[in-house]
Amino acid sequence: MGIEISSLTVHGALDALSGGECSSEELVRDVVAEIAKRDAEVGAYVSVDEELALEQARAADAARSAGKCGRLLGVPIAIKDVLNVEGQSCTCGSKILEGYTSPYDATAIAKLRAEGAVFLGRANMDEFAMGSTTQNSAYKVTHNPWNLDCVPGGSSGGSAAAVAAGEAIAALGTDTGGSIRQPASFCGCVGLKPSYGRISRYGLVAFASSLDQIGPITKNVRDAALLCEVMSGVDKMDSSSMDEPIPQLAVDLPADLKGVTLGLPKEYFVDGMDDDVRRGVMAAVEKCRELGAEIKEVSLPHTKYAVSTYYIIATAEASANLARFDGVRYGKRAEGATDPIDMYGKTRAEGFGAEVKRRIILGTYVLSSGYYDAYYLSAQKVRTLIRQDFEKVFEDCDALLAPVTPSPAYRIGENLDDPLQMYLGDICTVTANLAGICGLSVPCAMTESGLPVGLQILGPAFKEENILKVGHAYEQARGDMPLPEILKR
Amino acid sequence: MVDEVDQDGIERIDVRYVANLARLYLDDSEVDTFQGQMEGIVEYVKQIGELDLSEIEPTSHARPIQNILREDVVSPGLDHELVMDNAPREKDGQFAVPQIIE
Repeated sequence: MGIEISSLTVHGALDALSGGECSSEELVRDVVAEIAKRDAEVGAYVSVDEELALEQARAADAARSAGKCGRLLGVPIAIKDVLNVEGQSCTCGSKILEGYTSPYDATAIAKLRAEGAVFLGRANMDEFAMGSTTQNSAYKVTHNPWNLDCVPGGSSGGSAAAVAAGEAIAALGTDTGGSIRQPASFCGCVGLKPSYGRISRYGLVAFASSLDQIGPITKNVRDAALLCEVMSGVDKMDSSSMDEPIPQLAVDLPADLKGVTLGLPKEYFVDGMDDDVRRGVMAAVEKCRELGAEIKEVSLPHTKYAVSTYYIIATAEASANLARFDGVRYGKRAEGATDPIDMYGKTRAEGFGAEVKRRIILGTYVLSSGYYDAYYLSAQKVRTLIRQDFEKVFEDCDALLAPVTPSPAYRIGENLDDPLQMYLGDICTVTANLAGICGLSVPCAMTESGLPVGLQILGPAFKEENILKVGHAYEQARGDMPLPEILKR
Repeated sequence: MVDEVDQDGIERIDVRYVANLARLYLDDSEVDTFQGQMEGIVEYVKQIGELDLSEIEPTSHARPIQNILREDVVSPGLDHELVMDNAPREKDGQFAVPQIIE
């Protein structure tokens, strides 16, 4: 049909659909053809529901012919396998949810559906979103489309790999400690973690309820803005969703940064940081200065405690949330149990992978009698200090610029048996979740070995417009990034 | 809990005991693997102990929110049959589990 799918954005697809250049059915067939061509190597999807997607696409085409419109009418999107879509599987990358069929739509999904989006399939992820590489999936390993020997990042690695490999126009991910921004950075995509409470979590299988947020992974900032705007809003099914006005995020994105003050948190430029990452991020900072932004160095002094604080709070919440997987109401149940307690122990032993077990045990430990004050309560207090650090710098900064990760994507298998080393890589991303603020990852450079580097833009809670404006202006000034070689095959 | 501190000052964690609190069976090789890993992680996160937190209020939630209340009215839940389709074992429209009481 003459449209280049691999670099097609949501806005590009909407233009093509409304201009009659293609139908949604053709678009879905083309994307499915890309998946067939490449996903055996990339492994972005746990499952693709072609029939259901085509059915939705035909309905979108009929609606368009009838003069109806929707802000995403006919656009195919990949969904991280942790969000409930009625009638589809939702494995969370875990054997314990094998065979489960969602009886309802998550609120974010319902909002996308109401605007005519088409759901392509289920994107691979670290089990229950616990991991930074997508290697913790019980189903498959996802490969980085830029270098198949490298990880795509995680936990939303399938979503980012699908977008980078031209196997989706856009995707949804979730971010508890960086799980949207880090894979977006590793795969050369745009990833937005909205403020805590911006998007309802109803229908998102919970990992750490005070940290989890749903967000988009896209090919440009404007697409991320549109998807975020569509999914936003208070929801009676999620009492932590906030009744804040939803700005028109996708319009009114200026081309320059005059009058904008951007902070450079010195603690995020850590010792041992990769040289290519540092160079790429600093070049992006210079670009923002050229666009008219005032750049000032700032300090977030409690950053060095962020990983500890995060892993205490996140595992504590996970140990409580994952208690629901007991083999009673849904998912897997182990055979041969003599009583319910035995059934729980066996089901969970068989159903969960190593990283999930590790975090359940750690979370149970920090909450247990005699340790609660030293670990969990103390971590909640440090969380206050981290939040206050941000409040202070946002008094005179509109947004902050930082790396997303200290290094680019690494090799599959690296550090797999050293969880602490793996956790330390989350230093630049966990803070936004602890403070409830918003964050954006935008591609800014390529390393010498040909891997993407992301620029992280952090903004105050419910100021998504700040980071999207900076991201968009930077993206326009930066120009086009290269595409992965795999797309040329 | 039987945890103690050994002569290197490393906190010993009874991994199997904690796993049982979480209703999670482990085999011996998992206990071996997790033992060192967990102790390494706990040793690292103890760094927060160097901060003076006596005057600091805990943050349990990223945003300051109060209780969200609604009218106590009946509203439809999920379709019973759809929910039971996911049940590992069902009897008479209810979840069946191993016998609890003799």
